[in-house]
Amino acid sequence: MRIGVVTFPGTLDDYDAARAVEAAGAQAVPLFHASDDLKEVQAVVLPGGFSYGDYLRCGAIARFAPIMSSIITAAEHGFPVLGICNGFQVLTESHLLEGAMIRNKDLHFICKDQPLVIENTQTMWTNGFTAGQEIVIPLKNMEGSFQCDDATLARIEDEGRVIARYVGENPNGARNKIAGITNKRGNVVGLMPHPEHAIEDLTGPGTDGLTFFTSVLQTLVGR
Amino acid sequence: MATIIVEVMLKPEILDPQGQAVASALPRLGFTFAKSVRQGKRFEIIVEGEPTDAQLAEVNKAAETLLSNPVIETYLVKVEK
Repeated sequence: MRIGVVTFPGTLDDYDAARAVEAAGAQAVPLFHASDDLKEVQAVVLPGGFSYGDYLRCGAIARFAPIMSSIITAAEHGFPVLGICNGFQVLTESHLLEGAMIRNKDLHFICKDQPLVIENTQTMWTNGFTAGQEIVIPLKNMEGSFQCDDATLARIEDEGRVIARYVGENPNGARNKIAGITNKRGNVVGLMPHPEHAIEDLTGPGTDGLTFFTSVLQTLVGR
Repeated sequence: MATIIVEVMLKPEILDPQGQAVASALPRLGFTFAKSVRQGKRFEIIVEGEPTDAQLAEVNKAAETLLSNPVIETYLVKVEK
């Protein structure tokens, strides 16, 4: 199984994302922003960082990179895409997912181990979890507060498209404590916290993050 | 030469923590006039000659696709001479 990891100028977590893909048992394939070649990968991870310096808005310029036109077209046809942190911001800017991320409510950069509850386990990236399962993975961002209008929020909630919610105090002012959502089809998932930093006990708060990557492998194997 | 201004503001219903931080700093400096503050962005786009309608239509398109995110922001295009 080949899973692509995209590097934009300013991406930070591509190396960790590739390690997570390999730890899950797939081959990580580096993809570069300036090419539209998906190199026959079967899924793509958009990792965290500060693509294009986060100038204008987080993810706003990355969304128009050549690699994104291929990813957007593929995603619209069911291709699995996971956007983590800045990658989630790129997905909302691409309109593959609803909403947008704004500055954290206390204006601080947050870096902490964050408990989450997994809600939707029907997506390609969360099917290895059980509904209601609590996990802990790092949250590290400045613009992580999920916002959308009331109608969109109601639609996301009614359709059960929240994949993960913050547990305990709302860390950043996100509406309904939303940490991650999926599209209707369940192939595109965006998540503010970082599963790729929680894949082994030595370097993270645990191994809870690995399940996102093994989930998509299960999906691909089952095809 | 003319300058086309694009102003981008968060929609009123979207939380603006930066504006709130400014609003709470003002009274600390003795400025008591502000009931609330919203913070936005301003783009100054220089063009040759008088902007044409076609050019302004293009700027509107750019404002909608790149300069603003219509999910959380509104924009206003005007010409400054």
